[in-house]
Amino acid sequence: MTLYLLRRLFLLAFVLLALSLLAFSLAYMFPGDILQNLTGLRYIAPEQVAVLTTEYRLDQGYLAQYVAYLQRILSGNWGLSFASQQPLLQEIGVLLPATLELAAYALLISFFAGIPLGIIAAVKPEGTLSKIISALAITGYSIPVFWWALLLIMLFSLGLGWLPTAGRIGVLYEVKHISGFMLVDILLSDSAHRNDALLNALRHMLLPTLVLATYPTTVMVRFTKDSMLDVWEQSYIKTARAKGLNRLQVLYRHGLRNALLPVIRQIGLQFSTLITLAMITEVIFSWPGIGRWLIDSIYQRNYPAIQAGLLVISTLVISVNMLTEILHRLFNPLARKR
Amino acid sequence: MKLQRGWISLSGVGRNTSSLLLAGVAALSGCQPDLPETVRSGLVYCSEGSPESFNPQLVTSGTTIDAISQQLYDRLLDIAPDSGELTPGLAQSWQVSADGKTYRFKLRSNVQFHQTEYFTPGRPLNAQDVLFTFNRIMQTGHPFHYQGGGNYPFFQSVAWASLVNKVVAESDDSVRFELSRPDSSFLSNLATDFAAILSAEYAEQLVAANTLSRMDSHPIGTGPFRFKEYQKDVLIRYYRHRNYWREPAKPDQLVFDIVPNNARRMAKLFTHECDVVAFPRVAELKLISQRPDVDVQESTSMNVGFWAFNTRKAPFDNTKVRQALAYAINRDAILQAVYFGHATAANSVLPPTSWAYNPDLPVQQYDPAIAKALLKEAGYPNGFSMDIWAMPVQRLYNPNALKMAELMQADLAQIGVRASIVSYEWNSFRRKLSDNEHDSVLIGWSADNADPDNFFRPLLSCSAADTGTNRANWCDENFDRLIGQALLTADQKQRRSYYLAAQQYLAEQMPLLSIAHSQRFQAISSDIKGVHINPYGGVALAGAVKDIK
Repeated sequence: MTLYLLRRLFLLAFVLLALSLLAFSLAYMFPGDILQNLTGLRYIAPEQVAVLTTEYRLDQGYLAQYVAYLQRILSGNWGLSFASQQPLLQEIGVLLPATLELAAYALLISFFAGIPLGIIAAVKPEGTLSKIISALAITGYSIPVFWWALLLIMLFSLGLGWLPTAGRIGVLYEVKHISGFMLVDILLSDSAHRNDALLNALRHMLLPTLVLATYPTTVMVRFTKDSMLDVWEQSYIKTARAKGLNRLQVLYRHGLRNALLPVIRQIGLQFSTLITLAMITEVIFSWPGIGRWLIDSIYQRNYPAIQAGLLVISTLVISVNMLTEILHRLFNPLARKR
Repeated sequence: MKLQRGWISLSGVGRNTSSLLLAGVAALSGCQPDLPETVRSGLVYCSEGSPESFNPQLVTSGTTIDAISQQLYDRLLDIAPDSGELTPGLAQSWQVSADGKTYRFKLRSNVQFHQTEYFTPGRPLNAQDVLFTFNRIMQTGHPFHYQGGGNYPFFQSVAWASLVNKVVAESDDSVRFELSRPDSSFLSNLATDFAAILSAEYAEQLVAANTLSRMDSHPIGTGPFRFKEYQKDVLIRYYRHRNYWREPAKPDQLVFDIVPNNARRMAKLFTHECDVVAFPRVAELKLISQRPDVDVQESTSMNVGFWAFNTRKAPFDNTKVRQALAYAINRDAILQAVYFGHATAANSVLPPTSWAYNPDLPVQQYDPAIAKALLKEAGYPNGFSMDIWAMPVQRLYNPNALKMAELMQADLAQIGVRASIVSYEWNSFRRKLSDNEHDSVLIGWSADNADPDNFFRPLLSCSAADTGTNRANWCDENFDRLIGQALLTADQKQRRSYYLAAQQYLAEQMPLLSIAHSQRFQAISSDIKGVHINPYGGVALAGAVKDIK
């Protein structure tokens, strides 16, 4: 197991290195001045050019420049955003939690809705209930996320007027940025309108979370169901039944644990899709997260931001992938032995 | 109990106390009892773009001016929205010398600057603040002059530096401007949104802390609201300035919710996430006015939408080519498809409501045959390829530049000109325009004051070409002489004759094709009272009252 962990970490380091190389080379591939692309400064005074050239080691070879780049990334000096002239790391620090919050709630919903539904569907695979669940799952799986989001906005916001169309919270509520997670920050704040704000934030959160949760939930339903059916056929289940355990006991003690293993692995595999979908959701609901910011940056030709955004998002996806794989190993005695 | 508190805090406003309390009682009796007090005492204005800066001196874009000028700052003079006349602002009174070259202003006493997390004013407004404000623009050696690039587009376009010799503080409350020549537009220019008065005391504090750039990102002014926070592309948050010298602002909080997408802005109005919406789509006005919970305000406005040619780039340096392009455009179709009939065809850059408008100008015809003939004369019998830059945001003078560009593309194809449409994000777009990277651009101008000069010098003079606000990149001695002479006299009749000639000359030279003067619209939730469209310059929101029935 230790060897396995080491191998994984080595792989992770290697992938991250390759990733940083790609991000680094972007500054040279983007149009415009390299120094501007690297620093993010829009106007560089002539006397500053020489200083910055030395600091960024642009007068040396590519390898030295790359090493300097790595040092800057690690020390937190990520340069400025073209658009706002603010430090990128600081901007990302504000935006990333918003995306993570959205994705986390969507994932939670997909767990708590998807897995039970999958189990129900697996218990009587030929029953009407199972067929309805499967039909819904395949519909949710195939529906384009932007269309689904617009439909919900049409119905709940514009039609019925129950829910707001955009943002994380009503703009009149001023919530101090502490953790970046809206609900946590509201609870931490000492505002007199805390309960109003909380309710308001939840109302804002409902539609985007629902939209984003749709895809992973359907994946979860289908996977849990298939995996359950698969496990149900195994001889140890039959043995357990023969020993006299009832269906529920078998389900819990032998079925679920084995059936959920491949589901854990799915989370890692689906995470990149989830982040992509989160970007679309953020754009539609004007959710101030990193996805919307990245898309705006592309439109604004904000090269330093594109570079930093790509680095952060891909690092996130790769790390989560790796983490779920390790978890899968940990929970799976068979895989552990291999 | 909670609701009541909201209304009592509002009742400090003064004159409207009794009616507000009544409204408060009505609200308590239960119409919309679930509305939290934060929402009741705040106003949300949904705007169409992010501001470029928080200092009006540095910008010309209407989006920025709308968001900052009237909310954060005051000017020496104001313009009465209904009559266009100048009224006292921070200057209580003023005198002009007989030769028209010295202006003396007496400042209002006890005007307080904003108190914020980053600045506590130690004294009220005095002459030093006025000095600081204008010296920053005029003196290249001033510590703040080159902050933000050293460009003061509006002031450069009216040749401020050569006009004003010096500004002198005669006493704490008296300021003297000495001009190098008489300029009949001087007072009007002081009343524009760009001539906001900044705080000298704040500047000193920034110099001491060596954080000069905060001057323009963390503003301090004397206006009805004070700055709280700004998140680019998300929102701007202001709070009421409690010690405002006029009647304090009605909303306790003012938020500019930045929503560039038109449809989304409308959706937010319908769901009451926005109280006031800038620039509703003209195509949707009918739909909006049918809703009982939303009002549409309309007003004629001093503006012009135009198509400017980069006159220093071939082939647009050829007058015949510019005239040919003007003949090729079917303006009636544009008025219908882009303005939906809510605009009048422009015959000059000046709107017909201006006293200097030239009614005798020939009306620009749509005639592809003449256009073709002119192109042939100019040496382009087979046409050429060009770019049309279409601005990405919706402005009053051009509600849909992309659509307009598409219509023009089709028109131009008929005379053999192959046009491609170019657009960028608004801030990048303006930057590239200032660098004159364009062939031609669809953009326009909204007046900042009632003086006709405001349509000529900032748009088409040589000094405007130098500063990059002259979208036609046009510098013509004859034209500059005409509009220059118009400023030397205060006699309106004489001024008018110069402006008539200037318009005649523009019609011949065609550095830009004026397309339309649009009406201004604003959609507003029907429980909001006290917001009106200002025909000159930015929107003012201090008087907005949320009247919950």
